[in-house]
Amino acid sequence: MRFERRHIISMKDFTRDEMEYVLDRAAKLEPLARGGRSDLLAGKILALLFYEPSTRTRMSFETAMLRLGGNVLNLGSKEATSIVKGETLADMIRVVSTYSDAIVQRHPSEGSALMAAEFSSVPIINGGDGAGHHPTQTLLDLYTIRKESHLDNLDIAIVGDLKYGRTVHSLTYALSLYGANITLVSPPQLKMPDQIKADLKARGARVRETENLEETLDCIDVLYMTRIQKERFPDPTEYKKVAGAYKITTGHLGNVRDSMIIMHPLPRVYEIDSSVDTSSHARYFEQSFYGVPIRMALLTIVMGVGV
Amino acid sequence: MSAEKELRVRPIRNGTVIDRILAGQAMNVLKILGIKGAYSDVVTMAMNVPSKALGQKDIVKIENRELEEKELDKISLISTGATINIIRDFEVADKYQVELPEIVESMVKCINPNCISNTKEPVTSKFEVKKDPVQLRCIYCENIITENIAEHLL
Ligand SMILES: Nc1ncnc2c1ncn2[C@@H]1O[C@H](COP(=O)(O)OP(=O)(O)O)[C@@H](O)[C@H]1O
Ligand SMILES: [Mg+2]
Ligand SMILES: [Zn+2]
Repeated sequence: MRFERRHIISMKDFTRDEMEYVLDRAAKLEPLARGGRSDLLAGKILALLFYEPSTRTRMSFETAMLRLGGNVLNLGSKEATSIVKGETLADMIRVVSTYSDAIVQRHPSEGSALMAAEFSSVPIINGGDGAGHHPTQTLLDLYTIRKESHLDNLDIAIVGDLKYGRTVHSLTYALSLYGANITLVSPPQLKMPDQIKADLKARGARVRETENLEETLDCIDVLYMTRIQKERFPDPTEYKKVAGAYKITTGHLGNVRDSMIIMHPLPRVYEIDSSVDTSSHARYFEQSFYGVPIRMALLTIVMGVGV
Repeated sequence: MSAEKELRVRPIRNGTVIDRILAGQAMNVLKILGIKGAYSDVVTMAMNVPSKALGQKDIVKIENRELEEKELDKISLISTGATINIIRDFEVADKYQVELPEIVESMVKCINPNCISNTKEPVTSKFEVKKDPVQLRCIYCENIITENIAEHLL
């Protein structure tokens, strides 16, 4: 595998085979993620450099490492703030890469992970670089879809902020390698950029756009909801209107396919009513859990440990 | 010789003639060469000169100077078809077309203010170059510059 002892920066670094290699390994490790014990990564140290707040990404990496018998080093939020003022990321990476076997990094500037890779002596895993990439999220999304639905001949609707949402851009990129049938559902001001749509089509995806959530619900396998951020709307009443129109409740689920699943990268705000949580369609908490086996898989791969 | 008619100002003995510059870009070529106010040698600039091949073109002539690789690369970004004529003893001693590089480093500023190349980090900007039309894709943040490249030159 090409990623052994290598960096993981963007989904665009992955071929379809390589994605599947990661998903297969995650499937093997899933029992350990569910509470097994292992010493696959005993003696290994993962450094977590988070310059921005994160709960799920950071904690699931920690869990993955601990469950595999490894250790973690955390950059505290206080340290992070003092560093933001003085030391460069490049220097930080040069130093921390001498303390650890791999680094997971989240940083607010686009391209920061690629730059870190230039200065690091150990693999960098991008845990989010501003509006750039977040490949481990995409891999866990793919894992969820493959496990709870199917990747081939997939009908998926992706709802919310399709303009700025980095999650959505890399997910649709990955799905285009499977020739997915993608419906993009968003308010007009948050439509997916034309260039990205053109790229998706060029790679074999079918792409349709609509502003209407309800009309798409009954003919899809996966409903992927995302958060619409208030900050995108200068006018608060406009935000309320949009947030209301892209909210899913049990009332919407009457005629959907039995096997349809609902996903969300979390945290959710209004997009999914809590009444949906107990329906047979909800998968967002499972999705969140699958971050652990996916991150286990990636850690073993970049640290060069076979399973 | 037919060039006689074009030589509105006195010929140069030694230097460089940048010919077939995309009409309207001569000022930007001067900027690339760092020629602003005071400059000790003879510089001539012609804009919107009729040209058989291009319709119109700009020309810049500089006495006693041959251009550096980096200057040539920058010129190629704003005017792909420009030709460089090295003048020695009043004659064209060498002639070639500027060539678009595949990668440009430390030449252009990324348009994304949130790009890591625009921070205090020790990285310089780096772009992949695509032709027809010229497009610069930042290798760090993937933003693409297609228009007014001259304005983003470092
Ligand atoms: N001694 C000189 N001084 C100034 N300009 C010159 C001189 N010799 C040639 N040029 C200019 O250099 C360019 C290239 O010259 P030439 O090779 O004769 O023409 P072309 O490329 O049009 O066939 C023309 O713009 C010409 O006017
Ligand atoms: Mg001529
Ligand atoms: Zn950039």
